[in-house]
Amino acid sequence: MLHLNGIYKVFNEGTPDEKLALQNLQLQLKKGEFVTVIGSNGAGKSTLMNMVSGKILPDAGEVLIDGQKVSGVEEHQRAKLIGRVFQDPMAGTAPHMTIEENMAIAYGRTNRRGLRFGVTNKRKAFFKESLETLHLGLENRMTAKVGLLSGGERQALSLLMATFTNPKILLLDEHTAALDPSRAELVTQLTKEIVEQSKLTTLMVTHNMQQAIDLGDSLIMMDKGQIIFEARGEEKRALTVEKLLNEFQRIKGEKMNNDRAVLA
Amino acid sequence: MFTAVFNSFESGMIYAIMALGVYLTFRILDFPDLTVEGSFVTGASVAAIMIVNGYSPIIATLAALGAGFLAGILTGLLHTKGKVNPLLSGILVMIALYSINLRIMGTSNIPLLSQKTLLTNIQDAWAKTGIDDVLNGLLTAIGLGDSLPKTWSILLMMLVITVLIQVGMSVFLKTEIGLAIRATGDNEAMVKSFSAHTGNMKVLGLAISNALVAFSGALIAQYNGFSDIGMGIGMIVIGLASVIIGEAIFGAKTIVRATLAVIGGSLIYHFVVTLALRVDFLQTGDVKLITALIVIGALLLPLITEGRKVKARKKKRLMELQFDHKSLEEGK
Repeated sequence: MLHLNGIYKVFNEGTPDEKLALQNLQLQLKKGEFVTVIGSNGAGKSTLMNMVSGKILPDAGEVLIDGQKVSGVEEHQRAKLIGRVFQDPMAGTAPHMTIEENMAIAYGRTNRRGLRFGVTNKRKAFFKESLETLHLGLENRMTAKVGLLSGGERQALSLLMATFTNPKILLLDEHTAALDPSRAELVTQLTKEIVEQSKLTTLMVTHNMQQAIDLGDSLIMMDKGQIIFEARGEEKRALTVEKLLNEFQRIKGEKMNNDRAVLA
Repeated sequence: MFTAVFNSFESGMIYAIMALGVYLTFRILDFPDLTVEGSFVTGASVAAIMIVNGYSPIIATLAALGAGFLAGILTGLLHTKGKVNPLLSGILVMIALYSINLRIMGTSNIPLLSQKTLLTNIQDAWAKTGIDDVLNGLLTAIGLGDSLPKTWSILLMMLVITVLIQVGMSVFLKTEIGLAIRATGDNEAMVKSFSAHTGNMKVLGLAISNALVAFSGALIAQYNGFSDIGMGIGMIVIGLASVIIGEAIFGAKTIVRATLAVIGGSLIYHFVVTLALRVDFLQTGDVKLITALIVIGALLLPLITEGRKVKARKKKRLMELQFDHKSLEEGK
């Protein structure tokens, strides 16, 4: 469903601030696969997400979604295929518009916008039905401005808006990181339910190792713009935080030894 | 006195269309668009030169609307494609339009007093209906008979046109495209992630806004009987004054209410300025100072009333809570 082939991305090339954000990155997601991505700051996780969403374009390599080459397609065009939830709970919704108006905008993701009314009775019923699955009571507040909702409610709404039109790819960018533990737990649970139910092909970045282990079918670890560790299927299920840390140490250590060998 | 107030409502109605345009950019798109100062005159110039050259006033006014639309597109493209700062894009197009407006008119002032305009046509048609006599009769009956307005047609026609535009705008802002335009002003990254072309939304919003502004300019030229190169100066502040006064007094909870408030704000602004200018001490040149004071007043008013409201609400709720607590204790 999602293929990234030989992606290179360099920022500030030729200056002292040069940063090799992605180096020959290869990644494949099968249809319905849920992959979690971990890695330290600056490992290239966000660059990877922006590469898929089209916010940044690769210097070399190609991105394919559902067999369709999208490397050169602009972000807003590509968004037809991609649902995205950001880290900031304020980022995924328009605060001065009502819940139903926000949902109408999300609903318009897949088709061309015209001069039809955004919120019709038929759509309202559908929005209400979708909101009920969140169990937050938002279905009774559909004409409330989204700015009045709490961070957790807004993030749950963002998640719903990103997913209820069944995107080909779902991108989750540390979407629980800015929430308190109980809200984060709630949104994590919702994520699990929604992804399972709609069988969405999902790429999720997180800083929380436990979350990365609990969720998804596969896990990848990134460092310095490369994927340094990959666990799929049975291997993924057997992972623990401790094992993961050890693995990270081992790989880093090996690398350091290699560097030493080169320098010596 | 009555005539002056009556006239202030007439011009307030026409300027309200301009204010609705300003509302669209300033509030909905969150784009401080200074093109208005130029496009207002462009509308007046296009309408005036076409009327003088014998075109039908209706066609001339619609052409003015189109010219404003183009001016808005220009500012929009400069900002979205050229990545020029919003304020600067507006200023650049505004300054460019000054020369263009001079070219359109060929001179700095075109009188229309001897011409058939949209407004004189309406007056003539209206005069035949005899409704003026009925309304003036009513005024005389309530004791205002000493200074009767010449015609009611302009006020009523403008009321109809302005309200039609207000309704059209409210409906448009609830369509799929309208929602996308509103979201572009509210959270651009969000609406982009839902596959809307935010650049196009901005261009469209600016184009509609400036079309309304130019339309208003064309009507003002016909109302005042001339088009002048300097008639756009301070227009953005008058537009903002209407928007801010309207919001302060009538609120802006929903789109319908906010757009109605803009019309109300425009009427009140022109009413207050008319009243102020009748004070002996003040001169015509003081208009800008009065405008600034009105806007400052409208900006400070909500701060004061809102603070009071919150205080009263808190006090009431606290008393309820204390009462509940007391009765609970007594219940024990």
